[in-house]
Amino acid sequence: MEPLTDREIRELSHKAHAIRKTIIEMLAAAGSGHLAGPLGMADIFTALYFHILKHDPKDPEWSERDRLMLSNGHITPVRYATMAHAGYFPVEECLTLRKFGSRLQGHPEREKLPGVETTSGPLGSGLSQASGYAYAARMDGKTFRVICLMSDGEQEEGNTWEAAMFAGKYRLTNLTAIMDRNNIQIDGNTEDIMPLEPLRDKYEAFNWHVIEVDGHNIPQFIAACDEARSIREKPTIIIAHTTPGKGIPTIENDYRWHGTPPGKGPTDKVPAEKQKEVFLQELETSGK
Amino acid sequence: MLHPDAKLAANIFDNPAAQTTREGFGRGVVEAGEQDERVVVLTADLAESTFAHYFQKKFPERFVQVGVAEQNMATVAAGMANYGKIPFFTSYATFSPGRNWEQIRTTIAINNVPAIVCGMHAGVSVGPDGATHQALEDIAMMRALPRFTVISACDAEEGRKATLAAAKLGSPVYMRFGREKTPIMTTADTPFEIGKANIFWESESPAVAIFATGPLVHNALLAARELEGQGIGVTVTNVHTIKPLDQTIVDIAKKAGAVVTVEEHQIAGGFGSAVAELLARECPLPIEFIGVHDMFGQSGTPKELIAHYKMDAPSIIEAVKKVIARKS
Repeated sequence: MEPLTDREIRELSHKAHAIRKTIIEMLAAAGSGHLAGPLGMADIFTALYFHILKHDPKDPEWSERDRLMLSNGHITPVRYATMAHAGYFPVEECLTLRKFGSRLQGHPEREKLPGVETTSGPLGSGLSQASGYAYAARMDGKTFRVICLMSDGEQEEGNTWEAAMFAGKYRLTNLTAIMDRNNIQIDGNTEDIMPLEPLRDKYEAFNWHVIEVDGHNIPQFIAACDEARSIREKPTIIIAHTTPGKGIPTIENDYRWHGTPPGKGPTDKVPAEKQKEVFLQELETSGK
Repeated sequence: MLHPDAKLAANIFDNPAAQTTREGFGRGVVEAGEQDERVVVLTADLAESTFAHYFQKKFPERFVQVGVAEQNMATVAAGMANYGKIPFFTSYATFSPGRNWEQIRTTIAINNVPAIVCGMHAGVSVGPDGATHQALEDIAMMRALPRFTVISACDAEEGRKATLAAAKLGSPVYMRFGREKTPIMTTADTPFEIGKANIFWESESPAVAIFATGPLVHNALLAARELEGQGIGVTVTNVHTIKPLDQTIVDIAKKAGAVVTVEEHQIAGGFGSAVAELLARECPLPIEFIGVHDMFGQSGTPKELIAHYKMDAPSIIEAVKKVIARKS
């Protein structure tokens, strides 16, 4: 792909900012759900839906679309928000997140909302689903890409490594994995809960091509996706280093915000009733 | 007497031919592959034991070896089914759906994609391998899953037909198969339709309705013949589809007024439980349950184990007499 112009980069940054705002509002309205991960992945989702993916918001079932499989289903608010901003459904519908009768289930369900591709939530089984999908698509000579987004915490699941072995064995070059390396999980920092490093060496040992990027540097991430497309021997994983809670300095890198919405989080810095308002203000300031 | 509509093998009581139900699967899945090129078969390092190797030989390009990784196998199959393939994935039932049940629940059942779980080595008749390899809980865990059809074939021929039918169903299926060679009771002409139970034996005025599933149907028939000689009439119904359960079971049970269920599985949550749930709702009747009563299996020959856990013909006869005594 052609390198992005400065103007295009600015436009994508504005999209990411708008998506973060929607994430805060939808989680506050839901009164439950995960905040830090979705904010940390907003730049990557923006780059995917507004630049990288072949897709059609008006025809979510288009047979030649790239398939984006979200393994760590708990960060689905960022996917919903991005899909809404991309035109899959009205942005206002985001406020139905986690509510009775909503298409926006707490964890994504394939049959509830066109475009989510698969049902996920229980960790560790996205990479293998994506691998099976990529394997089947290659049998039929399909040219679309299968992209699997996963968390760093789910690298603790055995199923993830079974999938890594499988994709390596079958050289699934139509598969790109993207790991959100944000270093936190529910109970603490990943390296305290269960040390994961050296992740690059591990994937290389499993016969993957590994690229590491700053997950908030959109041009760098797009270049990595281009590189993944060009690798013909192995599946590729992009380890994206991100800041959980990105855009709200008060909560950035604080694992206590992993699974908590504004209004329900730790009150040592901001009282609960003020969290939504303060976070939206912080987001405005950091976006400038 | 044997029900004529069932078109059973002529030699059913006299040295019947024997084959494993898993081999019936192996033959059926090759036919399914011939009929539909979307059919793919996966195995977790058990190609020969699961008879997936028949398909491997015929369609190597549609056979997927995943190694000893049942969780991966289930989810790779889910991804393939999501794409549009019809994956049959094979292992021993203790490992699949045993070890990978959550993956099956999330990525196949909730996801609602048509993957087919094929669990071999069901029941104590696995024999010498012992308790770890004798699946006795698989029906319970699979019939609890919404959207799943659950099938337990009575013989190799029915296993073949069930496999063909599963490939055409378009929704998630669990099929359990046995390790041991068991009598072939049915013929190519025996009717098979998912969800439709077949009466194999019907006495003129049955005192007990026996509902059986899997290869133990043969023991139920042996018991029926023996009971007839003693002047006790029964029906024997082969219930290959445990879920959805054929509602005609209610009429058959009502007619007899008492029920014995037969399965090579834990009593808790199994086939008998499914029958009891239906009858408790529609027509409460005395029921006796043949199966494993809250125990694990052990090493031994299949014959020794079936007798030890009281699933042989004499145990079924005893249960029939017991349930008759309970009729008010």
